[in-house]
Amino acid sequence: MDHQNTVVRPNEERLSKFEEHVGEGKAVEPRDWMPEEYRSHLVRQMSQHAHSEVIGMQPEGNWITRAPSIRAKQILLAKIQDEGGHGLYLYSAAETLGISRVEMIEQLQTGKAKYSNIFNYPSLTWADIGAIGWLVDGAAIVNQVSLQRTSYGPYSRAMVRICKEESFHQRQGYEIMANMMNGTADQKEMAQDAMNRWWWPSLMMFGPHDGESPHSANAFKWKIKRHSNDELRQKFIDKTVQQAEVIGLTIPDPDLKWNEEKGHYDHGEIDWDEFYRVIRGNGPLNKQRIAHHVKAHEEGAWVREAAEAYKTKQAQKYN
Amino acid sequence: MADLNELKYTYSLRLGDDAWILSHRLSEWCSNGPFLEEDLALTNLALDLIGRAQGFYKYAAELEGKGKTEDDLAYRRNERQYFNHLLVEMPNGNFADTIARQLYVSVFEYYFFNELKNSSDETFAALAAKTLKEVKYHMAHAVDWTIRLGDGTEESHWKMQRALDSLWMYTGELFEMDEVDNELLQQCIAVDVIALKAKWQEHIERVLKQATLKQAEDAYMQTGSRKGIHTEHLGHMLGDMQYLQRAYPDAKW
Ligand SMILES: [Fe+2]
Ligand SMILES: [Fe+2]
Ligand SMILES: [Fe+2]
Repeated sequence: MDHQNTVVRPNEERLSKFEEHVGEGKAVEPRDWMPEEYRSHLVRQMSQHAHSEVIGMQPEGNWITRAPSIRAKQILLAKIQDEGGHGLYLYSAAETLGISRVEMIEQLQTGKAKYSNIFNYPSLTWADIGAIGWLVDGAAIVNQVSLQRTSYGPYSRAMVRICKEESFHQRQGYEIMANMMNGTADQKEMAQDAMNRWWWPSLMMFGPHDGESPHSANAFKWKIKRHSNDELRQKFIDKTVQQAEVIGLTIPDPDLKWNEEKGHYDHGEIDWDEFYRVIRGNGPLNKQRIAHHVKAHEEGAWVREAAEAYKTKQAQKYN
Repeated sequence: MADLNELKYTYSLRLGDDAWILSHRLSEWCSNGPFLEEDLALTNLALDLIGRAQGFYKYAAELEGKGKTEDDLAYRRNERQYFNHLLVEMPNGNFADTIARQLYVSVFEYYFFNELKNSSDETFAALAAKTLKEVKYHMAHAVDWTIRLGDGTEESHWKMQRALDSLWMYTGELFEMDEVDNELLQQCIAVDVIALKAKWQEHIERVLKQATLKQAEDAYMQTGSRKGIHTEHLGHMLGDMQYLQRAYPDAKW
């Protein structure tokens, strides 16, 4: 009995100390003790976030060579480059939890790790570039602003840095949509069509209703998560509906209406069958996105090997 | 004799085209790089080149004086009206092909803009001074990779050698002078590219030696771009690039 206690107590003590620390709103740093479940939750969430930034380069990259003006091309390319940069910070931040980038990439390519569902939809017209910047980055910001106060220090610092750039992306996307809504009949039609296709998937980015979210209980207790999925979704809807109205876009939801009493917009039900279908791998482009990543990775293998071999040779030379 | 503005227009347009077409090629690497850091590095090069193209197109449009914008020049011409060197329109191929193209081009541009910054035309001089700073970085990037690939593994060595050899025949054009160059040279506006050839060759040789690679064997040099005669690759690129501008001629984006 005594013997057993000495084995168990230290962990319990550490856990209660950890929870007290987090409860006071203090940050957890890589060297601090943390429960294994906290660590694995963060590895899952942060690597998924990093993969989303990287896979998100594909739908936007699809329009780089067809961007319709010098300025548009410049802005789009710089935006995609930012997203790649976000991927890099997030991979580094996740590495502080004891997983390597090589492992994370392998998990992505084998389907063990996920990325945001939204990038399994195709970018079909130039207006999709506007819609992605405005809606997808707009939804990401709402989520990321909340994560600026997440309990894990490296993650929260990465979010602070990333959020500044994301708000540029959101404005630039909105500007594309606004210009098109100010343009020819063809352009207006193109913009509304993009709105129709991206609205619902953007709402799904916040995840299932709170009752059905699989990892939320501890995530709240340990302050990884500060706001519920539905709360964040509502915030996004409220701000976006007004922006759409200003430029004359219609939200493709007949049930959408202002609720005076709540001070929020009520909205129609999300198609959760579609949500789970895409998560399970049957979205329009799940297979293409991963195949693209694998192809670039495999085609680059000889380059990475060459760089390693050169480094080794140089090290031998000077030893 | 053509009037001075017309000559300068052509000169500026050519420099704009070189930057614009190469930026397009480099931008095709986005999400396809061998690893994430290098993906971003290639995008950086493309962004510099887009900025450079914009500067030279803007000046060209101004010199032409027909109220065109830099976008009109970038997007509203046909294959036969582009004057970039053949070398910059060559497809990306594998990473070694892209690096070989970058090596040949950036070493040339380093010497070229180093001269153009002394142009008696103030706009060319200013654009060149700004470009030179960027080109130094582009050259360092290309040289660094040429050495790493050349002196890396057996596979990277032969891939790099093959890339250098197959692009060699497009390098002759970099050192051609036509009547536009010659007339502007007399006014101290343009660069004497013939005079750069020996320096360029020496520089390339030095890099290749360090990379354990061989200088490509002399071959027939392709030519034509300064008269708007291109490879088959350019038309496909323009098909993509100009798609929206052509499909919706009245639209502003
Ligand atoms: Fe993002
Ligand atoms: Fe991002
Ligand atoms: Fe973004």
